[in-house]
Amino acid sequence: MRLIQQIGEWFDLRLQLGTPIRETAEHRVPRETASWFYVFGSAALTCFMLQIVTGILLALIYVPSAGEAWNSLQTLNHGIALGWFIRALHGWGSNFMVAIVLIHMVQVFLFGAYKFPRELTWIVGVFLLLVTLGMAFSGQVLRFDQDAYWGLGIGASIASRVPLIGPWAVNLMLGGPIIAGATLSRFFALHVFVIPGLLIAFVGVHLLMVLKLGINEWPMPGRIVRRATYIQEYHELTRKDGIPFVPEAVWKDIFFSGFILLAIAVCAVHFGPFGPSGQPDPRIIQTAPRPDFFFLWLYALLSFLPPSAETPILLIGPAIGIVFLLALPFIAGEGEKSWKRRPIAVLTILLVAVALGTLTQLAEHTPWSPAMDAWSSVPIPGEFLNGRTALERHGALVFQVKQCHNCHSLDDQGGHRGPALDAVALRLTEDQLIRQVIQGGGNMPAYGKNLSPAETTALVAFLETLHPANQKPARNASQAVALGASEASSR
Amino acid sequence: MSTENGISRRAALVKVGMFLNGVVGVFLAVPIVRYLLSPVIREKKTGYESWLSLGGLEQFPAGQTRLATYKNPVVNVWDGETGDVPCWVRNIDGQKFQVFAINCAHLGCPVRWFAQSNLFMCPCHGGAYYQDGSRASGPPERGLFQYHYKIEEGKLLIKAGEMPTPGQPVANKAGGKTTCA
Repeated sequence: MRLIQQIGEWFDLRLQLGTPIRETAEHRVPRETASWFYVFGSAALTCFMLQIVTGILLALIYVPSAGEAWNSLQTLNHGIALGWFIRALHGWGSNFMVAIVLIHMVQVFLFGAYKFPRELTWIVGVFLLLVTLGMAFSGQVLRFDQDAYWGLGIGASIASRVPLIGPWAVNLMLGGPIIAGATLSRFFALHVFVIPGLLIAFVGVHLLMVLKLGINEWPMPGRIVRRATYIQEYHELTRKDGIPFVPEAVWKDIFFSGFILLAIAVCAVHFGPFGPSGQPDPRIIQTAPRPDFFFLWLYALLSFLPPSAETPILLIGPAIGIVFLLALPFIAGEGEKSWKRRPIAVLTILLVAVALGTLTQLAEHTPWSPAMDAWSSVPIPGEFLNGRTALERHGALVFQVKQCHNCHSLDDQGGHRGPALDAVALRLTEDQLIRQVIQGGGNMPAYGKNLSPAETTALVAFLETLHPANQKPARNASQAVALGASEASSR
Repeated sequence: MSTENGISRRAALVKVGMFLNGVVGVFLAVPIVRYLLSPVIREKKTGYESWLSLGGLEQFPAGQTRLATYKNPVVNVWDGETGDVPCWVRNIDGQKFQVFAINCAHLGCPVRWFAQSNLFMCPCHGGAYYQDGSRASGPPERGLFQYHYKIEEGKLLIKAGEMPTPGQPVANKAGGKTTCA
């Protein structure tokens, strides 16, 4: 024991770090901040450290070459003892890190922590969010599989829409004319050197400012932030009702970080690593590329934007969002901190959360995509075929063979790109059905050139049977008048 | 020599030293920027595109649309399979052809051909195109990208070498070519 103390003193005489470390650890923080609400920042840092460790471990095996990366991932998953576990830790660590960074951001926003004098802390935090998302996207590319390959294609297509420099941006992003070895190499450099370097630098500045300016006090309704008096009030608060950060507050951070690490490990063991999916071979086109979880909302948004508005929204939307986040502490640098007195802040968070949640949920089901195999693998349910005439059944065959089922569902089977057709005969008359099939419209291709008159007749005859037994199909009343009562009744 | 002079002389030397470093920095920055921009500044004036064979005409029967593959003209050994680029070849009537890029004009996902309904469909966001490549429905703003083609010695050649993207002038030019329904 005495020896350890002597060794410690030997080092401290030379390093002289003991006193500043002790002072930093025991700096006084407002009593209420020793709260479970104040643990997310340190948890995000813990996740980042886990990512550094597991990332270095993966780099021992991973080959950043377009020709070999996928094979080296297979080796990691199957050929190296517990390689799958390190990959799973890194993948789940990434998901947890993005989630915790977002939760941390929501918490400091609702607690008004971005107000004077912590504006710069918030701004660096916004950059930290951006580089974290950059890590998530570039990491997805390093898992060089089909999703990564076509995901790069989506990224290049978006980059190409930037006015004037679009094509150059694509070549710079891909490192050449196509997605190839150079693309993977530069994303490797970004993911392993450039972005982590930025992350470490930003984390350092972020933490330094938290220490220098003090942790944001618990917001009390009615306690107004004013530039002239805030710093003095804060010092008064920590002096009168402060507690040393270590150990009074830090034990909650330590517990929560441990819990998060445990949760990541449990997810890694239970769910295993992410992919890789199929080989990154562009000749394999039987694929439906999907981004990772945190970009699913964007994937969904891209299918709902009207074509004409898509490019402006894609290019201007993120810029507006980032500028707003950066400008926030200057727009609202003073005033109420408590979320109880900031209804617009609370509503904004709810709105964004509901929007992102809804889009993510939709992207899990991709109702906008045709079910590519429905025509050959999803049969028409028997109830739509029983007791039908030969013509109507032939129409059902046309419905399958012409891939109508890829976009239209029957009994919730098949695609959901277009409307379900279970009761289409109630909505459209025979003439309207013929027109819709031949001319298309309302986001449906025109089938006039692809159907013979006999096929059209059969298909429409089948569609006419799609209505509940107790409800009659739609009919054109004026037609009945024009043709005469006798003909109409005979129909 | 007065102390004041000594300080100012050293301050001047610091300034000269910093200026020297600035000059060297600029001198180094030029090649570094040039290196970084090498994918943009083409090594050859011809650019990335060149005429590539898709194989004999007999592989593409009249009235049908078939998948073909070409090797990208600029490849490295470590590119693996990413250098093998697929495309759709439509033989309109035995004389005229259309060669479509595999990439959806929306966001570049691989479109699939459905011969029964004569449609190209995209698995990502539901874009659909007619057999002549024109837009049928969904989010794409335009028809499929087309390669320029020519026939030489019974072989179908296309001008390719760069991934077509919506913002590219080259792709727009080829896609704007009159299409035959």
